[in-house]
Amino acid sequence: MNQHLVLRVVAKMLLPPILLFALYVQFHGDFGPGGGFQAGVIFAAAFILYALVFGLETARRVVPEGVVRAAMAVGLLIFAGVGFAGLLLGGNYLNYSVLAENQKAGQHLGITLIEFGVGTTVAAVMITIFFAFAGRSARMSDEDW
Amino acid sequence: MINIVLLTFLALTALAIVRLRHLFAVVMLTGVYSLLSAGLFVLLDAVDVAFTEAAVGAGISTVLMLGTLALTSRREKVPGRTPLLPLIVVMITGAALLYGTLDMPRFGDPDAPIHRHVAPRYIQKSGTEVGVPNIVTSVLASYRGFDTLGEVTVIFTAGIGILLLLGGTGGRRRKDEETEEEG
Repeated sequence: MNQHLVLRVVAKMLLPPILLFALYVQFHGDFGPGGGFQAGVIFAAAFILYALVFGLETARRVVPEGVVRAAMAVGLLIFAGVGFAGLLLGGNYLNYSVLAENQKAGQHLGITLIEFGVGTTVAAVMITIFFAFAGRSARMSDEDW
Repeated sequence: MINIVLLTFLALTALAIVRLRHLFAVVMLTGVYSLLSAGLFVLLDAVDVAFTEAAVGAGISTVLMLGTLALTSRREKVPGRTPLLPLIVVMITGAALLYGTLDMPRFGDPDAPIHRHVAPRYIQKSGTEVGVPNIVTSVLASYRGFDTLGEVTVIFTAGIGILLLLGGTGGRRRKDEETEEEG
């Protein structure tokens, strides 16, 4: 994609808003539409766009595969860990009400944490799947399409 | 009115997908199909679902299908036989499904079974029990936390499965290229 100057410039301009929008969707999911799933996909989309335009090797340098693979598990562990935290504090599994001094604060904290876990896992899995697919394709010229 | 326009476009897109043999165009049209469905979901007041459909259906899966195309063929094989039997099966199934919708409650009917089970409790109590303005989030994350944990586990498992099937070869290929360059 070295010769596509317009694509490269536009992609570079789009990346920060996409990442910012993903974070907005992530942490605004309590108030408007959105949440961890959508935010994770949007976050991953930014890296996939980067990989499409600037090449897989460059993208792998930005997000090393080891980090992404670890993040896949970390997100799920955060979610399950919040559940166990509820157990240890005397509630049921995944009961967030006991996480803080009152019910609403506990629910809010729990939901924020598990949404963060969901977002982390979804983003990492999407990036991993894309890397796995793209890593196998033979290099193609634009005319092949 | 917008409903009818969107549904017409959906049907046209689906027909075009069936007719086309050039798979690149088919992948792009499936993206269009997802985006149109997302528009319909917005009209049905399901913004969270629309959001997911637009991001996953129109965004990520289009890119993944393109990645698959790059690995396989770019043209669909012309089937040898006439698709008469599949067409009949599809027609009968479709007719049965349409017949099934006749017994369904009307859209938005407050007496529908789905609105009389746990939904009233969510709508009345989620403000005091969970305190999150978006009821969808409070249902997904708190009332149905186990379901969501299961969903995230499914996504995690999918990632692991892809890694087991496709992962690792990238590193091996790079090593092969290096040894070729050396040799």
